Amino acid sequence: MNRFILPAGVFVLLVAVLAVGIQRAPNKTVIPSALIGKPAPQYLLPVIASSSPLQAVQFDSRSLAGRWHVVNVWGTWCPECRVEHPVLLDMAREAALPIIGLDWKDDDMAARRWLESLGDPYDVVVADREGRTAIDFGVYGAPETFLIDDRGVVVHKHVGAMTPAVWQRDFLARLPARAATTGGSP
Amino acid sequence: MSLRIVAVLLIGAWLAIASHTAGAIDPVEMTDPALQTRYRALTHELRCMQCQNQSIADSPVGLAGDLRREVRELLEAGKTDQQVRDYMRDRYGDFILFRPRFAANTLWLWAAPVVLLLLGLYAAWRVVRKRGALVATDSFDDEATRS
Repeated sequence: MNRFILPAGVFVLLVAVLAVGIQRAPNKTVIPSALIGKPAPQYLLPVIASSSPLQAVQFDSRSLAGRWHVVNVWGTWCPECRVEHPVLLDMAREAALPIIGLDWKDDDMAARRWLESLGDPYDVVVADREGRTAIDFGVYGAPETFLIDDRGVVVHKHVGAMTPAVWQRDFLARLPARAATTGGSP
Repeated sequence: MSLRIVAVLLIGAWLAIASHTAGAIDPVEMTDPALQTRYRALTHELRCMQCQNQSIADSPVGLAGDLRREVRELLEAGKTDQQVRDYMRDRYGDFILFRPRFAANTLWLWAAPVVLLLLGLYAAWRVVRKRGALVATDSFDDEATRS
């Protein structure tokens, strides 16, 4: 009897370690962002669409300094982006904070058609035609949505389609009370 | 017998196609052979984040192509291999490195095989010692059961 105690103990330990591992990684396709707590990458990209009447040719991320905002990575080639689009429109109606669209490796005309037919939730949409800014953001699949604070630090990243629950829990809940009311269009 | 020949031919054909497509994924040839060697090595040790079990050298997806371009440009700009790895890790985390560095959060990854090996050696040592003890008492037990 005594000689079973050690193997059984090792087995139980192994099961415990594996169980904790599985519990803590409910979705192994979601890889935590390396950018959390670090400054968000800067970018200067051509504008595809803008809510501002004075539409600039290029958009500089530095113009967002001092403001909480959301960067949503999408593309017309991305089926999940179509799924999350109505949620983005609801977020835009709420107007809690500016939403920047990073159109990733896409065709500008296709993107404009998409925004015309489905609605435009973005304060500004910029074209990352070669995918360089996406790499700076550590993007590995669209859609991805980043929350960036007033110091320009990445606070959170959501991989996959945005849902109202995720928006409430992982984005709005992270805002300081006053930031939610000072948002607007860039 | 003929079935075996068919099987060999099929495997041969598959290998030929597989090696051909593997070569076609990344046709990049850098002018400097030394850079080309480093490029080959680096792209084989960076993970394709979309397919996860392939390196960016083996993957046909768009992001892998973009990351290969970054590696090429960084090498051409005179960066060291370590600087290229750090560049990728800053953006994608340790997960992008097939050979993760030794750090606090990767400690278990490196230590677990050694710990398991030591546990196995300890178990083996115990078993051998017990067996030895059994052999030493064997004749006595034998006679005891026989009588």
